[in-house]
Amino acid sequence: MRWTTCLAVAAAILLTGCSGAGNWGWYVIDPSTPAGYTNIQFLLSGFGATILVSVIAAILSMTLGLIVALPGMSQNRWLRLPSRIYVEFVRAIPLLPMLFWVFYGLPVVLKSIGINVSIDAFWGAVITLAISDSAFTAEIYRSGIQSIAKGQREAARTIGLSYGQTMRYVILPQAIKRILPPLANQFIYIVKMSAFASVIGMQELTRRANELVVTEYRPLEIYTLLIFEYLVLVLVISFFVRWLERKMGADESR
Amino acid sequence: MDTAKQAIKIRGLNKWYDDFHALKDIDLAVAHGERVVICGPSGSGKSTLIRCVNSLETHNTGTIIVDGIEMKDEVSINEILSEVGMVFQQFNLFPHLTILQNLTLGPIKARGMTKAAAEERAMKYLERVRIPDQAHKRPAELSGGQQQRVAIARSLCMEPKIMLFDEPTSALDPEMISEVLDVIIDLAESGMTMICVTHEMGFARKAADRMVFMDQGEIIETGTPEEFFSAPKTKRCQTFLNQILQH
Ligand SMILES: Nc1ncnc2c1ncn2[C@@H]1O[C@H](COP(=O)(O)OP(=O)(O)O)[C@@H](O)[C@H]1O
Ligand SMILES: [Mg+2]
Repeated sequence: MRWTTCLAVAAAILLTGCSGAGNWGWYVIDPSTPAGYTNIQFLLSGFGATILVSVIAAILSMTLGLIVALPGMSQNRWLRLPSRIYVEFVRAIPLLPMLFWVFYGLPVVLKSIGINVSIDAFWGAVITLAISDSAFTAEIYRSGIQSIAKGQREAARTIGLSYGQTMRYVILPQAIKRILPPLANQFIYIVKMSAFASVIGMQELTRRANELVVTEYRPLEIYTLLIFEYLVLVLVISFFVRWLERKMGADESR
Repeated sequence: MDTAKQAIKIRGLNKWYDDFHALKDIDLAVAHGERVVICGPSGSGKSTLIRCVNSLETHNTGTIIVDGIEMKDEVSINEILSEVGMVFQQFNLFPHLTILQNLTLGPIKARGMTKAAAEERAMKYLERVRIPDQAHKRPAELSGGQQQRVAIARSLCMEPKIMLFDEPTSALDPEMISEVLDVIIDLAESGMTMICVTHEMGFARKAADRMVFMDQGEIIETGTPEEFFSAPKTKRCQTFLNQILQH
């Protein structure tokens, strides 16, 4: 259903573009010409960076989210407080300002406390995406873990399990079914937001499209292709999310 | 009675949920090997009281001493937890594990037993609750009565000195109540110290050394089952007994 709609839209755009009138210039990305082939290769080679930055950011975000979520569920309000503040704070910051702050500001802060590292565009994007997304993954963990009945934790306690053992052997194995599908879904958000990394000069899909537009003056064709590049990526991921949801759902009703 | 002989000693226990005074100046001592049955109307604080004994609830004032260990810090709480087993109304079995894994989790992870030794012990207690043949099923495949017997076996695998039961048969269909009570009576006869919250008065007559009646967060009356059932001292207790014995 979704696929056919996409194909229909794509076909419509291509047909209007190719049929005469001359406003469209698909030659820029026509792989049958040497120049077009080079251009398309240049654009598509941004996939690697987009995927890599997204995957690393997602892994960091999942880790960071868990570290934030666990104290957020404590009985102790002083443990809970920093976690709540983190989530509210990070959720409130738009991605682009945070990206600028991390890329231009963070190295200065680090330097002032004696850590001399430069942050390149790639790591600037990874750090920003990971932090920004971690507020959401933390909430996913929290709701997943809290959906497991209190009695499970109490029973674990009465048989002498520590907090860590209770999480590992009792709570997380049950909560994982409610956590994984929304986490995978969150990955789509990261992929889309990674486009912002173009403004700090990271060579991913969007940056490459921008650079080619500057030399070829063909924004319509190039950005159309860019949109389809993201569309393919996101559709593949959401296909995986559906599969995961079905698999977890089937497990649940066992 | 001297303290060393007592399994549980509770003095001046008070517990508030915000403004609500859930336990009021509770004093209760349970001797080793004694079987105490607690009854009383719903909301009278029975669960809260026994949950304080294994620190599932924190109390506000008063002392709790279990087998000579006073509950005060994490260390003493862990020591107490290792001596006290608990069976819940809702069973609280781990649904993602098999029956055998439910039973061996505590011994292996909390006590560091080998898998083989833990499984041997698990099978021993599954025999004792009369369901050794269900070891490799998951909780959802068992009847309520069987699940509760597994929950009892899971507690026994930790070899506690004291067992707490919080309305162990209230969530069961009537035809399954006796299979669970039989297991508990069996345990009582083996000399296990226990506190059981229940409204099963037939069971109380058979198994209890002492009855405790609670209402509105207070212990109103205690006595042997004979005294308690034939001549309740207080009006509140009489009313309560009339109500439940009518059914
Ligand atoms: N977590 C809680 N927060 C607030 N009130 C509670 C909580 N748990 C129990 N209570 C209240 O404390 C009283 C005693 O509860 P409980 O010990 O469960 O009674 P019982 O087991 O005798 O039915 C009830 O009025 C109940 O509403
Ligand atoms: Mg209760």
